[in-house]
Amino acid sequence: MSASSLTQGVRPTFTAAPWRERAQEALIPPLVALLVALICGDLLILSYGQSPAAVYRLLLEGTWGNAYGFGQVLYKATTLAFTGLAVSFGLRAGLFNIGAESQLAAGGFGAALMGLALPVGTPLILALLVCMIAAGLAGGIVGSVPAYLKTRFGAHEVIVTIMLNFIVLALLNWFIAGHLHVPETLHTPEIHAGVLPRLADIDPRFHGSAASLALIVAVLVAFAVWFYLFRARGGYELRAVGLQPQAAEYGGISVGRVWMRALTFSGVIAGIGGINYVLGYKHYYEDGFASGAGFLGIAVALVGRNHPLGVLVAAFFFATLSQGGLAIHAFVPKQMMDVLQGVVILAVAMAVPEVRRILRGARGRSGA
Amino acid sequence: MTSGPASTSEAARGQASAVPAIRMEGIDKSFGAIRANRGASVEVMPGEIHALVGENGAGKSTLMRILGGLMKPDAGHVEVNGRNVTGWSTNEAIAAGIGIVHQHFMLVPTLTVAENLVLGCEPKTRGVVLDYKQADEDVRKLSNETGLVVAPDRLISELSVGEAQRVEILKVLFRGARILVLDEPTAVLSPPEVRELWTVLRRLRDKGDTIVLITHRLDEVVEISNTITVMRAGQTVARVKTSETTPSEIARLMVGREVSLSAGKRVQPSERPTGPQPDQGLEARNLIVVGSRGIRVIDDVSFSVKPGEILGIAGVEGNGQTELVEALAGLRPVFAGDILIDGTDITGCSVAQRHDAGLSHIPEDRHRRGLILEYTVANNLILGVQKYFSRRGIMDRNRVMENAMQEISSFDIRPPNPVLAARALSGGNQQKVIVAREMSREFSVLLASQPTRGVDVGAIEFIHQQLLDARAQGKAILLVSAELNEVLALSDRVAVMYRGKLAVLMPAAEASEEVLGEYMIGTKKGNAA
Repeated sequence: MSASSLTQGVRPTFTAAPWRERAQEALIPPLVALLVALICGDLLILSYGQSPAAVYRLLLEGTWGNAYGFGQVLYKATTLAFTGLAVSFGLRAGLFNIGAESQLAAGGFGAALMGLALPVGTPLILALLVCMIAAGLAGGIVGSVPAYLKTRFGAHEVIVTIMLNFIVLALLNWFIAGHLHVPETLHTPEIHAGVLPRLADIDPRFHGSAASLALIVAVLVAFAVWFYLFRARGGYELRAVGLQPQAAEYGGISVGRVWMRALTFSGVIAGIGGINYVLGYKHYYEDGFASGAGFLGIAVALVGRNHPLGVLVAAFFFATLSQGGLAIHAFVPKQMMDVLQGVVILAVAMAVPEVRRILRGARGRSGA
Repeated sequence: MTSGPASTSEAARGQASAVPAIRMEGIDKSFGAIRANRGASVEVMPGEIHALVGENGAGKSTLMRILGGLMKPDAGHVEVNGRNVTGWSTNEAIAAGIGIVHQHFMLVPTLTVAENLVLGCEPKTRGVVLDYKQADEDVRKLSNETGLVVAPDRLISELSVGEAQRVEILKVLFRGARILVLDEPTAVLSPPEVRELWTVLRRLRDKGDTIVLITHRLDEVVEISNTITVMRAGQTVARVKTSETTPSEIARLMVGREVSLSAGKRVQPSERPTGPQPDQGLEARNLIVVGSRGIRVIDDVSFSVKPGEILGIAGVEGNGQTELVEALAGLRPVFAGDILIDGTDITGCSVAQRHDAGLSHIPEDRHRRGLILEYTVANNLILGVQKYFSRRGIMDRNRVMENAMQEISSFDIRPPNPVLAARALSGGNQQKVIVAREMSREFSVLLASQPTRGVDVGAIEFIHQQLLDARAQGKAILLVSAELNEVLALSDRVAVMYRGKLAVLMPAAEASEEVLGEYMIGTKKGNAA
């Protein structure tokens, strides 16, 4: 900066890994959003003639306060972590994957098919691995369609993934309703192999809750995503494309190839999420199990600031709201939690730089 | 050429010249940890052309933004015509006759000149309908008064850069500005257009208007200004009369040390590597590039650059230089023709393959292309060579850091912090990051596009030296620059691009600013290709 010292050679220093600044930048928007949501929640609860303190106490008791409720939160958080990671992976490359829902469903379907196909006595580890690969593959195939259309023809991924949600979900519905269902239901028979141990098998206090070891898989996938994004060359290139595609192109990075990879793997991540329901909870594929998880995944990715760790925290938070809605249903309608989720999403969306950049970009393009 | 400053201001104005038109004192302004102004002061007398000079990041623009009401100072005192106006708003500033002409044009391209001028204060018949006739007339009148001639009914999108700038100046005058601030007005102009601008500014001054010129081109400062304020690192270091100083004195004040102004320390031909292979270096054969509207933006251009040679391409911006470099770098499809590096045809190769073939590239737009602004300096220093800094797909972070430390110290990148985001660096240091990266890789051909644009004097000298060193090492260098004297000083041969063609290609020894200037504006035509 200072020109007066231009002449002397200066040795490079590591003064600033400005951790505090970065942490502040990462944490303040979600915290502000939370505060806004709390205030809105207070007003809503008051408008029902209830005491906010009592309702929030109930919410906490019903979620983190007992092992069953906590287990349910963990179960919901697991699915949201997968879809959140999927969306954030795409966003890191500058792509908006709205199709996590159908990718999740396809993944669950793939896992169930594999679980049905495997013989009964297949060793657990092997069966899990094969089912997980099937889930990822199914999600990846769905994800690769918008990736290919975008790279090849420039079709906008938002449009394609939205449309593909309808197509894939309808196809799966047709498969189940027409071919694979147990009579009188909309689900497949129970799988023969690849059942994930539940948390209740390890600690009996979780008895009855749906949480399973898929939670561990989610954490491992989050770590893998983090490692890829911030330690691998592919991640360096992927983030470069997301931040400044023209600079990436200048740097010899094939933007199309990165897009292809990002959307496909986004689908893979969402697809693996299907194991939480199919292998961990019900042990069969049921039509509509993924409903809503894809869209909530977008919120999770945004609130989690597209960072794998943030996504895990945000998934836990949204899962708490969702489970909490059931706990407070006696006092206020559980839809209040949907309203609160909406408020959080809006507040974060205003504050998150990525969103502001996308909006600015859109305005710039239409203005030019 | 210029009449004496004292006599003009005296003659032109009736009021007492003891009251400065602008007086800013002790101005402090911080953005987070960056202190853009540290007790800066400036005093501009009415009826003078005042040059505000300093390196990039010296705090000139911040100071003028405070004057224009776009920002409020943290501390300090602003007076306009003797009135205390500290912390005023933009509207108040405009009402008081302050007009700022920004570096980037703020005109609506789909509207006419007149429509742009009256935007926001349109004359209306019966209060509703826009009175075009009145608007046209107003504009024509102002045009005649000032010598800023532009047809009021032309669309902005049809105007040349020089004409658009005239409209910008007209716009602020139209709103009654008597104190004009021009931010780097000549950055995009050809030499004749610059001369015209000077005529207009002198006329305005003689009319009694006050003009502040932000610039870092010393030749301009000396030619046009009456008084000079020099800023360095947010502080005012000197206020001098132009007639009492020299360019090297100003440069020394700006940088804080001696600077050599003549970049061209020509390496004697004998020092050049002898006997290069005939097909070595860069060659373009009958290159044609088609633009977005189907027009040939590069129209049958052929040239070659030999090892140990700098070929300079001059020209007013927008005549195909950008497209030429992008086509050579693999960032723009080639319609017809061939590009060869060291005899190998690379016309169909990807950017990465061209890198491997020995191409290095300093792009003209460092914010869009050359840097990933959110990435750290260390990560930016490996952009394009990232594959050499990873093992089995995993980045080797130690080597990335080592490389960063080494480049930072050998290219004197400031602040010397490899984990700082590139966004946080000044323009000159950002450019140094790019130059460091492109010069440190193995290459035989360098495309240097506007390598010193928006860069301060100290960094310009440094970058020029790097180019000359690379030339001495036998690299083939294509230098594209809007700075005519830069092209002349560094190149062995020079070419001028005009409307997608090489209008002339000649040894630099035979070229001069006057000759090239005529090819640049198309008064002299020719086809060197």
